[in-house]
Amino acid sequence: MTWFFLLSGIFLGWSLGSNNAANVFGTAVGTKMVRFKVAAIVASVFVIIGAVISGAGAAHTLGRLGAVNAIAGSFTVALAAAVTVAWMTKLSLPASATQAIVGAIVGWDLFSGALIDTGALSKILATWVICPVLSGVFAYIIYKIVVYYLKVSKIHLLEMDLYTRIGLVLIGAFGSYSLGANNIANVMGVFVTANPFKDLNLFNIYRITGTQILFLFGGLAIALGIYTYSYKVMKTVGKDLFKLSPSAALVVVFAESLVLFIFASESLQKLLLSAHLPSIPLVPVSSAQAVVGGVIGVAIARGGGRAVNYKMLTKIFSGWVTTPVAAGIISFFTLFFVQNVFQLRVFNSIPYAITEKVAAKLASQNLWHDDLSPYRGTVFQNARKFKYTILRNANKSRGNINKILEYSEIDSFIIDSSVAEKELDPAWFSKAQINAVKKLHGSIFAHKWELVDTLSSLSDSWKFKPNTAANRLYNKGLKKHYAKLYVIFNIDAMRAALQHQE
Amino acid sequence: MITLFKRTKELEGKIDEFLDVLMQAALEFRQAIKYYVEGNNTEFEKREHSVDELEGRADGLRREVENRLYAEMLLPEARGDVLALLENSDNVLNLIADTVVEFSIESPEIPEELNLQFIGLVDESIKAAEEMVSMIRSYFKNISSVRDHITKIMFHEKESDRIGETLKRSIFKRQELHLSHKIHITQFINYIQQIADEAEDVGDRVSIYTIKRMV
Repeated sequence: MTWFFLLSGIFLGWSLGSNNAANVFGTAVGTKMVRFKVAAIVASVFVIIGAVISGAGAAHTLGRLGAVNAIAGSFTVALAAAVTVAWMTKLSLPASATQAIVGAIVGWDLFSGALIDTGALSKILATWVICPVLSGVFAYIIYKIVVYYLKVSKIHLLEMDLYTRIGLVLIGAFGSYSLGANNIANVMGVFVTANPFKDLNLFNIYRITGTQILFLFGGLAIALGIYTYSYKVMKTVGKDLFKLSPSAALVVVFAESLVLFIFASESLQKLLLSAHLPSIPLVPVSSAQAVVGGVIGVAIARGGGRAVNYKMLTKIFSGWVTTPVAAGIISFFTLFFVQNVFQLRVFNSIPYAITEKVAAKLASQNLWHDDLSPYRGTVFQNARKFKYTILRNANKSRGNINKILEYSEIDSFIIDSSVAEKELDPAWFSKAQINAVKKLHGSIFAHKWELVDTLSSLSDSWKFKPNTAANRLYNKGLKKHYAKLYVIFNIDAMRAALQHQE
Repeated sequence: MITLFKRTKELEGKIDEFLDVLMQAALEFRQAIKYYVEGNNTEFEKREHSVDELEGRADGLRREVENRLYAEMLLPEARGDVLALLENSDNVLNLIADTVVEFSIESPEIPEELNLQFIGLVDESIKAAEEMVSMIRSYFKNISSVRDHITKIMFHEKESDRIGETLKRSIFKRQELHLSHKIHITQFINYIQQIADEAEDVGDRVSIYTIKRMV
C-alpha cells in the first residue's frame, strides 16, 4: 500500500524530469552540441547524486511549511501538485512543480488545521522573487567575464566549439546535481514526515537515511522522466524558448545552476554560518524561472533593456500567483474527497492542551498569564483552533503565542533502550547521547520540551548552547538529533513497529 | 579527451593550410601576370603551373575540412557559415586560376603603355584577395579585427574598379586598335576586377557571420 501512495510522488518526479532537465541540457541538445544520450546519462546520474546527497536542505524548509504527517495526505498533496502542473501545461500556462507543491502544502495546512508557518512561507515566497533576479545578476557577470576573456585570449572558433561542448557537459552535470538537490524537495518533500523507509547502514561504513532512500526513488523517477520524455522538450526549449548561441547558453545554464545550488547547499549554508555571515535559506526554486532570469541577464549585458522579453516576465509573475493558488484549491478539495470517499486518513491531528505540566513550564518561562487560566485542561484538536481561541480571548502577543503553542503541543514518546540500541546510529549519535537516552528506558513523555529538558539534564551532549551566532550551527545540528528521536520514539511509530514484529 | 583536442588542433591546421594556399596562389598569380606583361614567358608558364597546382591542393583541403565539419558534427551553429565561407573563398581562387589559364590560352596583347596601369589593377585585386584571407583568419581567431579587413577589402575593390575603368576608357579611345582587340583586353580587365568583386562578396557575408558569432 505504501508503494501505491508513493506513486503520486513518482509521477511528479517523472514530470519534473521530463520538463526540467531541458532547463539544464535544452540548448546543448537542441543545438546539437551535445548528443541526447550523453545529456540523458549525465543528467540522470547527477540528478540522483544531488537528490540523495544534498536534497535534505530544501526539503526541510518545505517540511516546515507543512509537515504532511499521514502518507495518504502526502499522496494527495503530491497528486494535487502534479495534476495542477499537468493541467496548466495543457492550458499552455506556465507552471512549475516548485510553485505547485507549495500551494498544495498550504492547501493541506488549511485542510488539516495545522498552522501555516508564516516565517517559512515568506522565506519561500521571497526566494521565488530573488531566484530569477539573482540568476540574472550571475548571468550578467559571467557573460561579461566570458566576453572579456574571449577578446583577450583570441580562441579559435573550433577550440571554442570544443570548450563549449565540454563546458555544456560539465556545467550540465553541475546543473543536474543542483537541480536534484534543490528540486527533489518538490517531488519527495511531502513524504518526508510520513516516510515509509528506515535508515540503512551500508556495510557499517556509510549510513544512508530513510529520507535519502526516499530521495533516491524520487531521483530515479526524475531520471525516468529524462529518458522517456525530455528529448521532445529539449528540442523545443533549445529552439524556441531561448534562442541563444551555445556559448551564451552555457552562461545561462551556469547562472541557473549556481542559483539552484545556492538555494540547496547545506554545506554552503554551514560555511556562511561559521563565517558569521547571514545564511541563505534553503528553498526549492523553479529552474525555469532561473533560466528566464539568466536569459534576461545576458540580454541586458548584450545591449540594454531593449532585448528583454516582457512576455517572459509576465509569465514569471503569473507563475508566482496562479500556480500555487490553483494547486492549493485542488489540494484542499482532493484531500476532502480522499478523506471522505476513500475513508483514508490524510492527516494525523496534533492535539494541544495547557496541562498542569505545561502551565508550570510556561510559568517558569515567564509566559504564564492569568488570561490563560480558563483553558487549563481543555484539549484542542489542532493548532489553529488552539491559536485562534487564545488569540481571541487572551491578551497575548504574537511572539509569545508561538512559544505557548510549542510548549502545549501534545506528542507521546516512549523510550525503549533496545530500540535505542538498534535505531540510534553510533556514527551519528555520540556515545554519551545514546547512553543518556538508554537511561530513560520506560519513560513516557507527553511533550517534546519535556524530553529535551530531561535529556539535557542527564547529559551535556544533549544541551543546547546559548543562542549566539557562533553556536547557531551546533544548535541546528542538535535539533536534527532531537528530530530523529521524535520520529523513533513516537508512540504510534513504536506501536506500528511492534505490530510489524509480531 | 586528449584525442579530441588533438583532432581539433589538426582541423585548425587544415583550415590554416587552406588559407595559406589561397594566399600563395594569389601572390603567384600577381607574379605570373607581371612576367606575362614583361613578356617573360618561361617564368609565366612556371607560375601558371604552380597556381594550378595550388588550386588543386586548396580543393582537396577544403573538401576534407568540410567533410570533417559534418562528419564530426562540429560547430553546429556556425557550420553552415563556415562551409559557405570556404566555398566562396575557394571561388576567388578558382577565378584566379581560370584567369591565369585564359592568359596562357588567349595571350591577350596588352599595349605597352598600359603595362603599369594593368599591373596596378592586378595589384589592387590581389590585395583585396589577400585581405580576404586575413579576414577569414580573423573570423576564426580574432573576431574584433574582422571589420578592419572588410574595410580594406572594400577599399581595394573600389581601387581596382577605378583603375579598370580608366584602363577601359583609354583603350577605347585608341584609334589604332581593332574593336575586337579592345574587347579582348577589356575581357581580361573584367576577369581581374572580378577577383576583387568576389573577395568583397565574401567580406559582405562575413560581416553577417560575425554578428552571429558574437557570444
